[in-house]
Amino acid sequence: MSKPQFVYVTYIETTPEKLWQALTSSEFTRQYWFGAEVRSDWKVGSPFALSLDGEVTDSGEILEADPPRRLSYSFKHLKYEELRGEPISRVVFTIEPFGPVVRLTVLHDGFIEGGKYLGAVSNGWPAILSQLKSLLETGKLLNITRAALNKGFDAK
Amino acid sequence: MNLDQFKPLTVYTIYIASTPEKVWEALTSAEFSRKYFSGFAVEMQPKLGGTFVVRAPDGSEHISGEVFEYDPPRKLTVTWNVNWPDLVAKLGTTLVTYEIEQAGEAVRLIMSERHDRDLSDDILSGGRAGWPAILSGLKSLLETGKAPQIKTAPPARMLAALKAMGIKTP
Repeated sequence: MSKPQFVYVTYIETTPEKLWQALTSSEFTRQYWFGAEVRSDWKVGSPFALSLDGEVTDSGEILEADPPRRLSYSFKHLKYEELRGEPISRVVFTIEPFGPVVRLTVLHDGFIEGGKYLGAVSNGWPAILSQLKSLLETGKLLNITRAALNKGFDAK
Repeated sequence: MNLDQFKPLTVYTIYIASTPEKVWEALTSAEFSRKYFSGFAVEMQPKLGGTFVVRAPDGSEHISGEVFEYDPPRKLTVTWNVNWPDLVAKLGTTLVTYEIEQAGEAVRLIMSERHDRDLSDDILSGGRAGWPAILSGLKSLLETGKAPQIKTAPPARMLAALKAMGIKTP
């Protein structure tokens, strides 16, 4: 039985530098990450926070930062009570040049068996990363309904 | 074939700025698929029980199957059997389902690869590497009019696992 984790791979017509910027700039993230802004100085050991409308929804610490190749932070959800009890998880972004495109692999792990958090994350990342790809390739967003994110986890 | 025995072992979800009709067409027409699927042509008889073929650029039938669920432009299930000797005998039939749904102004496409038995991560690694490349290309094609050339390496881990099971691979 493999460990509960979520892996998503997407290929984006961009450069590793632009993708790194898109992952670490709050100007970018609030566009494709449904309003969420990342906050950190991106140095190993520094705090990481995700904030939505001024409220910190998730927080953690930078575990790895090797621009523009690899970024990792710990991720603890703070907002929804149903998810607050779950352990601290980890997100790892791997950026690889791949011919004319860039391959982005997102690994999110550290979940408990049968928890709700993995389901929430599994619904969220495909929407967030599909928007990121569209934004970098076309300059436009998709206007996905937020409700699409909540499939599998009904946020109150 | 009893559909209930088939479990999704690989699932990939992607959102596309398009319409369900266009996503359906891109998934089921050779003209589109050649552009985002490394030159492979999807040839499908558009009806329940129709034939489903994925033809390699050299003209050979790489995948052959039939249309098992047909509900355009919402749901399509096909048998997705790679034509390598003994593969189906040893791994069982593979089913691929596309579910296409409106999600706001975008379309959500969920691809599920289903099998009637447990398969190792090594065996599944081929599809897990392939689907993101294929569907990333499809999204780019529909949104920008052009699919980038994503040239993935042969799935060495899967090929080694198949070979170990006595399945002849090219």
